[in-house]
Amino acid sequence: MEFLAEIVISVLLVAAGIFGLVGSIGLIKLPDTMTRLHAPTKATTLGVGGVLIASMLYFWIFKATLSWHELLITMFLLLTAPITANFIAKAHLHRFGKESDLPDTKTDRGWATFEDEAKEMQPVMTRVTPPAQAPSDH
Amino acid sequence: MIHYALIFAFGCFGLGLLFNLYRIFVAPGVVDRVLALDTMVINIIALLVLYGISTHSGVYFEAALLFAMTGFVSTVAYCKFILRGDIIE
Amino acid sequence: MLRKLFPHPYLTLLLVITWMLLVNQLKLGSLVLAVILGTIIPLITAPYWPDRPILRNPMAIIGYVLIVLYDIVKSNFIVAGVVLLKPNSQLKPAWVTVPIDLRTPEAITVLAGTITMTPGTVTADMSGDGRSLLIHCLHAPDPDAVRDEIKSRYEARLMRIFE
Repeated sequence: MEFLAEIVISVLLVAAGIFGLVGSIGLIKLPDTMTRLHAPTKATTLGVGGVLIASMLYFWIFKATLSWHELLITMFLLLTAPITANFIAKAHLHRFGKESDLPDTKTDRGWATFEDEAKEMQPVMTRVTPPAQAPSDH
Repeated sequence: MIHYALIFAFGCFGLGLLFNLYRIFVAPGVVDRVLALDTMVINIIALLVLYGISTHSGVYFEAALLFAMTGFVSTVAYCKFILRGDIIE
Repeated sequence: MLRKLFPHPYLTLLLVITWMLLVNQLKLGSLVLAVILGTIIPLITAPYWPDRPILRNPMAIIGYVLIVLYDIVKSNFIVAGVVLLKPNSQLKPAWVTVPIDLRTPEAITVLAGTITMTPGTVTADMSGDGRSLLIHCLHAPDPDAVRDEIKSRYEARLMRIFE
């Protein structure tokens, strides 16, 4: 049983190391900023996730203490990775992007990053259609 | 066996950290540097947790959690500064 | 009355669970403190959250989370393969416009986050009226297929959860 756990934890650690390294290699290898954004946001989440799960298993099986912090860190990273990626993409578009390079929005308005400050995000922050009914208390 | 897997993972994330450092020095624009810093934070979290496993102690998780939070907030602040020229309006 | 005391029941639940995970032990004292914090924080921050999201079908969230987790693992392998095995000259990055039928901000946020975590796509921007998303694909020989997959795989499911 202990031997099996050792194998599982070792495999998780090795896989996590490889994915983490691939994320950083992508940062070096890929040709431009937008493609570079893909490698770290994805490959690294599984890399760190693997390390955290391995650590959780290790402390649970060999030290008999179930630690929940790893789960918290994994959830936090999974939730924040899309937000940072979106922010970096927006910063890149604002700084170096040209609206002519992007496809059409297929709506009346342009992409939010290129719109006037004055009307920016107005209809998005308020609900486009009001909620059909208020949720009832049980 | 876990010992060797740990050394391998340490090596991978350390090498990744070096690549990120290279990208911070050699980058076409400021956005790539922010991206490299963000990746660096994630690699450092992994290294902290690995160190926690190799020393059999749980005290590094608080550090890793704090690193995750400050890393996220600093990346958002950098991007906000690039986007608006201001962080808190 | 209950509505006044707990303006955001899901936020209260989330705060209680997060606090218990932070404390790392199941003790009555920390549970009491968690419930107190989970009650006070939503009450104080209620002015910033004027209305609560409506979940039509909360049980469908579990299925959605499982699908997304599976896709995150799959996407890691796909991106690793592209990074390691494809030379840069063969890469076909593409911008894709995805028109969205979701209307609530929460649903659009979840969709945008899901797209970023899944195979080879990153949400980059949104149109000013919130009716379409701008997506960047790492390697997309067929951009229309990417759009159709997003619409059928994720948006249809979110539609069932949120609206």
